[in-house]
Amino acid sequence: MSFNKELIKGIWKENPIFVLVLGMCPALAVTTSAINGLGMGLATAFVLLCSNIVVSMVRSIVPERVRIPTYIVIIASFVTVVDLSMSAYFRQLHHALGLFIPLIVVNCLILGRAEAFASKNSILMSIADALGMGGGFTLGLVILGSIREILGNGTCFGLDLLGSGYNPALIMILPPGAFLALGCLTGFFAAMKIYRKSDRH
Amino acid sequence: MKEIIRLLVALTAVCMIAGLSLSYVNKITKEPRAYQDRLELVNALNMVLPDHDNEADKDFICVGKTKYYFSKAQGKINGVAFVCSTDKGYSGLIRVIAGVRPTGEIVGIGILEHKETPGLGSKIATRAFRDQYKGKSLDNAEWKVKKDGGGFDQISGATISPRAVTLAVKEGLMEFRANRSGIFGGHDVVQ
Repeated sequence: MSFNKELIKGIWKENPIFVLVLGMCPALAVTTSAINGLGMGLATAFVLLCSNIVVSMVRSIVPERVRIPTYIVIIASFVTVVDLSMSAYFRQLHHALGLFIPLIVVNCLILGRAEAFASKNSILMSIADALGMGGGFTLGLVILGSIREILGNGTCFGLDLLGSGYNPALIMILPPGAFLALGCLTGFFAAMKIYRKSDRH
Repeated sequence: MKEIIRLLVALTAVCMIAGLSLSYVNKITKEPRAYQDRLELVNALNMVLPDHDNEADKDFICVGKTKYYFSKAQGKINGVAFVCSTDKGYSGLIRVIAGVRPTGEIVGIGILEHKETPGLGSKIATRAFRDQYKGKSLDNAEWKVKKDGGGFDQISGATISPRAVTLAVKEGLMEFRANRSGIFGGHDVVQ
C-alpha cells in the first residue's frame, strides 16, 4: 500500500461519484454551473482531509462503541469552520452553495471514509486517501457542472463558449438534467472499466 | 459501569474540544463576516439609491417592521430605500431592495436573495429585468406582469418569479406611501 496508489485510487478506480456513487445529494443539486461544482468539491475535500487526519489521529483513543458519534462531531465541527470562513471570506460562493454547506455533514462520502479507511490506517495514508477521494469528488462535480453549464447555458466557468446562436437546452440546468448527465457519465465510467478489463485478457 | 463512564468521558471530551475550537473560529471570523454583511448592504443601497453623500446604511428609520434607509445630498433627502420580501415566488423567499425618490418613483431595484430556478426564474436578478422598474411609481404603471394585463415583462418560461417581484415591490411602495409622513417627519426633503 503506497501513498501514490491511495491517491490515484480515489480519482479514477474508486471515483466517489461515478464508481462508488457516494454523495449524490450535492452532486445532483449544486452542479448547475462549473464554478458551483468546484466550490462544493473543494469545500467537501477540505472537510474530508481534516476529518480523515483527526479520525486517524484519535483512532486508538476513541472507544469502539462511540466511534460513530465521535466522527460525526469531528465532521460537523469542520463543516461549521468551512461555513463560517466561507461566509467571512467568499461571500458570493457562500450564497451560491447556501444550504448545501451545512449538508456536507451528512455526505456519506466523509463518514464513509472515516469509518472504512481513516479509522484503520496511519495518518499519512489517510491524507492520501482524503486527497484522492476529495480530488475525485471535486473532479466529478466539475465535470458534471461543466457539462450542464455548457449544454444548459452555453457557458463554462462563466465564459461564453457556444456564442449567441446557440439555443441552450434549459433542461440540463434544471434538476432532470443532473440525472441525465450523471447517468451518461456513470455509464461511461462503467464502459471504460469493462473495455480495459477485456483488453487485458 | 466502568465502560459507561469511559464512553461518557470520551464523548464529553470530544464535544468540549469541538465546542472550544468552534467558539474560537466564530470569534476570529466575526469581524470579517460583519464587514461582508455591511459591504453587501452598502453595494445594494448604492445600486438602488440616487447619488448621495451620506452613509446610507447607517442613516435609517424603522416604521412598522420596515427599515427605511435615507440617501441625502447636502443634508436633504433625495431618496429612500427599503427591503420588501415575498414568498409568492417559485421556491422560497424572494427579498427585493427598492430605492425610490421622495415622490415614490423608483430609482432602481435589486434582488438580495432568491432561490428561483437557475436559468429561468433566476433571470429576475439580471439587469435587463430589473431596469424595467426604473422610473415607475404607483401612479404611472399597472403593477402586474403583461400576462396578467399589467405593464411589466415576464420572463418566457417563468411567469411566477416576475409576478412575485412585481407584487413585492408594489406592496413595498404602498407601505411607503401609507407611512410617508412618519418616514419623512422632521427631515429636509428634495421635492
